[in-house]
Amino acid sequence: MNPYELLQTIVFFITLLVLIKPLGSYMARIFQGERTFLSPIMTPCENLVYRISGVNPEDEMGWRRYAGAMLLFNLALFVSLFVMLLTQHLLPLNPQKVPPFTWQLALNTAISFTTNTNWQAYVGEQAVSYFTQMAGLAVHNFVSAATGLVIAIAVIRGFVRRKTSQLGNFWVDLTRCTLYILLPISMIFSLVLVSQGVIQNFSAYRNLPLVQSTSYDKPKLDDKGAPLKDAKGNPVVESVPVKEVQIPMGPVASQEAIKELGTNGGGFFNANSAHPFENPTPLSNFIEILLILLIPGALTYTFGVMVGNTRQGWALLGVMLLILITAFAVLQWAESSGNPLVVKQGIQSINMEGKEVRNGLAGSNLFTVATTGTSCGAVNSMHDSLTPLGGMVPLSLILLGEIIFGGVGSGLYTMLAFAIIAVFVSGLMIGRTPEYLGKKIEVREMWMSILVILTAGVTVLILSGIAMITPTAVASMANPGAHGLSEVLYGLASVSNNNGSAFAGLNANVNFYNLLGSLAMTLGRYVPAIAVLAMAGSLAEKKFIPPSLGTLPTDKAPFALWLTLVILIVGALTFFPALALGPIVEHLMMVS
Amino acid sequence: MKDIKPAILLFIIFTIICGGIYPLLVTGIAQAVFPRQANGSLVTDTNGKVVGSSLIGQPFSDPKYFWPRPSATAEFSYNPAASGGSNAGPTNPAYLRTVGERVKALRDTGVTGPVPADLVQASASGLDPHISPEAALLQIPRVARARGIDREKLHKIVNDSIEDRQFGFIGSPRVNVLVLNLELARL
Repeated sequence: MNPYELLQTIVFFITLLVLIKPLGSYMARIFQGERTFLSPIMTPCENLVYRISGVNPEDEMGWRRYAGAMLLFNLALFVSLFVMLLTQHLLPLNPQKVPPFTWQLALNTAISFTTNTNWQAYVGEQAVSYFTQMAGLAVHNFVSAATGLVIAIAVIRGFVRRKTSQLGNFWVDLTRCTLYILLPISMIFSLVLVSQGVIQNFSAYRNLPLVQSTSYDKPKLDDKGAPLKDAKGNPVVESVPVKEVQIPMGPVASQEAIKELGTNGGGFFNANSAHPFENPTPLSNFIEILLILLIPGALTYTFGVMVGNTRQGWALLGVMLLILITAFAVLQWAESSGNPLVVKQGIQSINMEGKEVRNGLAGSNLFTVATTGTSCGAVNSMHDSLTPLGGMVPLSLILLGEIIFGGVGSGLYTMLAFAIIAVFVSGLMIGRTPEYLGKKIEVREMWMSILVILTAGVTVLILSGIAMITPTAVASMANPGAHGLSEVLYGLASVSNNNGSAFAGLNANVNFYNLLGSLAMTLGRYVPAIAVLAMAGSLAEKKFIPPSLGTLPTDKAPFALWLTLVILIVGALTFFPALALGPIVEHLMMVS
Repeated sequence: MKDIKPAILLFIIFTIICGGIYPLLVTGIAQAVFPRQANGSLVTDTNGKVVGSSLIGQPFSDPKYFWPRPSATAEFSYNPAASGGSNAGPTNPAYLRTVGERVKALRDTGVTGPVPADLVQASASGLDPHISPEAALLQIPRVARARGIDREKLHKIVNDSIEDRQFGFIGSPRVNVLVLNLELARL
């Protein structure tokens, strides 16, 4: 890593850390119903929203009703997007006249955006109308992120509240989250992104002449549409001249900001944040990485404020930072060492396949660990073309369960499940009653935590097993050998953990991945969400146990290290065999 | 089931706010304050004709132009309607052969020494408008020969076209191929 890259990385993390406290305390005020500097503008809007929708903001909900409201709302999101994708040719703002989705792809895409996964088995610039982008996908980017965030808030309330069954009001939390947090931040940063060159318009795609025209070979077809063959059986091609190209347009910036901020990751274009219209400069890249980590990072501070001890939040943030920075270092090492099979052909020893020059190695790699440590899944480089050990870094971050900052809200509540496991295991080892944040950890909490942690892992392994014996699933691999296995494993890990990035060579628009992926995304999102809400319900009913000499302090470095170990051990025990067959075998083949 | 009504109504309200008001507001401000960027950073030639976007690379292959990075977009290189990378894995034999052919094509133009990786490895978007300064400098002899102009003069033009890291430390130094080639057309 050259000194500039080191400086860029250090400045990045300082900027992130500086923003965590102000945003974290602001979010705590929002969810504790306090006034903020935005209240004069937003409170009237907020009250109007409640009046129209018939919500009584004083109404409190138990965990069952909170979860039920969340599920109903998500069902509305799913149904509307599903219908929109099937009928986009009939709807307005479709200057390119794009056709409707097939039902399998529409199902997959609607679930994908509702569950905050943003797995995309379509090419954005060719398949989606402006109306669908704006009124469908962008809306889901906001409210699926808000859904995750408010679940985390309800879980925090479970720890904070005593002898009550009430966890807050889902509708109020959702509204305040969207109006006070997501909209204002997206508004500001979408304009900053436009200043860097991210486009924002409603024009039809522009046909522009090339300075030097080009041509390409196109297979000739017979009357029935089958490729023509010559006498030797080779396909007959004709040369097609290209004098002008079609440059896509659209309302990109408004979507780009929330796509990163809400850890959604669904690109306007196929190339996602590698596309110069989504991410045109090194500064826009810096900002997009910052937006990905911003809310999950700040939420640890919100957690600390709400439980009355900010060091509890710093401890969790410390674990996240430790693993994220280690992952970045490994990836940076792997990619700057390059691919020996390429280097020996006389090429400089860094791996630039699937990376953009302006972002450089560090800017690409930092984006990669941020987008996979969180459940964002936007990409500014093609993970499929990383070196084998480099590619294992984002894959491992996903397999750890999206807790290294993690998705908006979902990262924190999954991390809390890990913290409970860590408290319990250490309690067994040193003979102390397991307590976390003054609440006794009992059978129900353990069951729910294990459900949170194991759902995605079990789904990944079972589905990967099924994929390997399904011919169409195997035929979707773009690269031969061990790398093909990595593509499938990565794809299924990505959907099961609601990440959404891919080893994108994999041809995902086939029934196998569309349908099983839909199932995996649904399980990966809602099983943990309902489990943590159930846990929050039981925690809220418990009494508070003041810390005593027998209490394990969970706000200090030893606990943070212990938690790190628990996370790594659970991850390694679950996935090491699969990783050994994919990236590790490929690495050995590459260097031998 | 008293939550069915708010579920539907709030969904509609958020669609109007986040899917209507928000993008329209951003578009309005963006078009007023940053019209050039919001509309795709289009560039014009000496006659004032729009010849592309400074953010979207073009498939130059004539020796008299500086060449961009390889591009893996569908149908033809630098097809802006189909952005994307090669997604080639590091041990894929077909990919390794392709890289070898690209190196050979460069060697045939007289290039010696280690080849900058960006010049033989495809970008993520397939539309990368930039190459590294090394990749530009290395092409000077060929372009000078093809155009019959002085190498020193061309060297100065290339040096002037290098964009530094943003604020001196973010990202990589780079050369915009389309902008540089338009600059050559002014000679």
